[in-house]
Amino acid sequence: MTALNVRKYAPKKYLAENGALAGLLVLAVAIAIMQPAFLSAQNLLNVGVQAAVIAIMAFGMTFVVVAGGIDLSVGSIAALAAMVGALTAGPVGLVVGALCGLVNGALISYGKLPPFIATLAMLSVARGLTLVFSGGQPHETDELVSFLGSNLAPSLPLPLLLMLAFFGVTGLVLTRTNLGRRMYAIGGNEEAAKLSGIDVRKQKLWIYALSGLFAAAAGLVLAGRLGSAGPQAAVGYELDAIAAVVIGGASLSGGVGRATGTLVGALVLAVLRNGLNLLQVPPFWQQVVIGAVIALAALLDSLRRR
Amino acid sequence: MKTLITARGITKQFGATKALDGVDLDINAGEVHVLLGENGAGKSTLVKVLAGIHGHDEGTIEGRASLAVIHQELALVPELSVAENLFLNRLPRKFGFVDRAEMRRRAPELLERVGLNVDPNAKVRDLGIAQQQMIEIARALDKNAGVLILDEPTAVLTETETDRLLEIMAQLRENGVGLVFITHHLDEIQRIADRITVLRDGRSVGVLGPKATTQHMIELMVGRSIEEQYPRARKRPGQPLLRISNFTRRGVFRDINIEVRAGEVVGIAGLVGAGRTEVARAAFGVDDYDYGTVEVDGKPLPRNNVQAAIKAGLGLVPEDRKGQGLVLTATVGQNLELATLENRDAKRLTDVAGKLRIKGRVEQPVKELSGGNQQKVVIGKWLLADPKVLILDEPTRGVDVGAKVEIYELINRMTAQGRAVLLVSSDLPEVIGMSDRVVVMAHGRVAGELPKGATQDQVMALAVQEISA
Repeated sequence: MTALNVRKYAPKKYLAENGALAGLLVLAVAIAIMQPAFLSAQNLLNVGVQAAVIAIMAFGMTFVVVAGGIDLSVGSIAALAAMVGALTAGPVGLVVGALCGLVNGALISYGKLPPFIATLAMLSVARGLTLVFSGGQPHETDELVSFLGSNLAPSLPLPLLLMLAFFGVTGLVLTRTNLGRRMYAIGGNEEAAKLSGIDVRKQKLWIYALSGLFAAAAGLVLAGRLGSAGPQAAVGYELDAIAAVVIGGASLSGGVGRATGTLVGALVLAVLRNGLNLLQVPPFWQQVVIGAVIALAALLDSLRRR
Repeated sequence: MKTLITARGITKQFGATKALDGVDLDINAGEVHVLLGENGAGKSTLVKVLAGIHGHDEGTIEGRASLAVIHQELALVPELSVAENLFLNRLPRKFGFVDRAEMRRRAPELLERVGLNVDPNAKVRDLGIAQQQMIEIARALDKNAGVLILDEPTAVLTETETDRLLEIMAQLRENGVGLVFITHHLDEIQRIADRITVLRDGRSVGVLGPKATTQHMIELMVGRSIEEQYPRARKRPGQPLLRISNFTRRGVFRDINIEVRAGEVVGIAGLVGAGRTEVARAAFGVDDYDYGTVEVDGKPLPRNNVQAAIKAGLGLVPEDRKGQGLVLTATVGQNLELATLENRDAKRLTDVAGKLRIKGRVEQPVKELSGGNQQKVVIGKWLLADPKVLILDEPTRGVDVGAKVEIYELINRMTAQGRAVLLVSSDLPEVIGMSDRVVVMAHGRVAGELPKGATQDQVMALAVQEISA
């Protein structure tokens, strides 16, 4: 055993992420060989834009997963926030999203519900409210929200920039704030966190509120891109967000996960979808391939940890 | 005497560190062979290599087919019955379905072999830890294990339960079973060992006979002689820093009055289940209570509020290191700073880590550390928080002799600085040797208080007494 010496975080940190990153590179090279059009600037920008919505949602999910929870309601919250945003104004949508997250947090912290159940309930409630408010019809988004989905310059799509901004914020929150440190502590050992004076219940409120806020932002970006908020928007996105987090190397039992991992995870999903489209794989088969890739990524990760 | 397992020159490498370095070990029929060594000396690795969980890099092992290991973490299914657990994975069957009649017939025989008198239909969840251990032993015997390895089985047992276990081990020895016994309790070794192999830094540094002295064992284990086992430096106590008054939680503890003064160590002794841990947790604000007050340095604490307790200057090192003390997924440094996130100080953190002589880097995952070093991390977390009063609940459980003394030195340093320590411990020599006063609890009440220099008999007499409600 070595004596105590302080070394700065070593390249090991990178190695730990290499699994997902290496997978992403292999995937991209394989697709590029089969279909060189994949590498065109326009297409790569498309991939980024396609990744943006899931990535932003998945960043919020990363907080929850690191803290040992799960949030099944992000897809529905995204749709509700977009719909409220279209009917009133974008910022109102964000507030509604954060509020939905707060309700999740309160049910989990003070109602002592398992996160799976609390957010499953919210999945249904938020989707239902979306349908109620929309009357079953899509609604056009206002200028502000549409702007979120637009291009700042011909090759500078705003969703891509927003994704990077949220990535930066997520990394900062996880590594540089007390809230972030507490997420790792709570997910790693909730009892130890409690006995160290961390107000676990209060922290969980914030964590789920953040997830709700991020989901709402993702919903607004999605609506901005499409120019309208639909009652059935973002159905099933929560599963993609969870997949991105897991592909990125986070552990669903909590305490482990990184912003870079989640970004790579979201990109893997987007590259895969884009590549399968370029290769003209029928949509039904695409689902099969994506599922297989998720399983493969999780398998590799579990092998690497042994 | 028949040799059941012969291991020669076992070497096992984990990365750059040699966990085992040319270890020889013979396990004979009808013999209790103790493996002794500090945490991290290689005992568990050796057991895992013998059991085939780890491969070994060099050396030979002969005859390991008939071996069973009872790990500290029990491998039982709590929701299944005693009988189902006994036959787990090889349930008797009839027409493809579980043959419950056969199971009920055979279970009592097995339980009798380990002298366990429980209903085979009871759920394992409802049994005590000692009984659960017996079930594991019974299961191993049913598989005709010729060699039984017990990895620190007594760490979680009370004294009576330990006596019972040692009796059963002696009986198994009579029946020709080869036993390997790992324990940190030297008195247990003196009671049961036929041979003692001492490991240090992955090497076998000596094989002792049954008459080895405690002093000799410790010297071999730590590689130096330890002057005094309980180096308590006493000083004149100052003003009261912790005062627990009329403290009551219905059905758990009643009318507890404890005062700890600056510079003082007050021990709480008692049997497992006497309510000691419960009092500590409630005082720290983890659990609720019905009546009473807790004052730190004259200021009353609100109930159920850990944050306020910490702010007032209270700290708690909980009894279950891995379950309650550490975030195992995090690093040493992240664990150390856990109670002081609000005002982090990287320099003080490395200072404390250095002072504690934690073997390991600050950015090393805490789960890679040995038990003693992990415990020092938990204590270090509180040293950073600079508490006036530190409650230590079983601080040296599962900790080796060397690290124990370091923890005692820490206690001394704290009291020398005018802090107060409340020491909950089931280790009688420790609680007597390190405390300035010992409060003995029984059945949720304070049974009595003894001054320093009390004997183990006096403490036990109070601990086992019946208190009329």
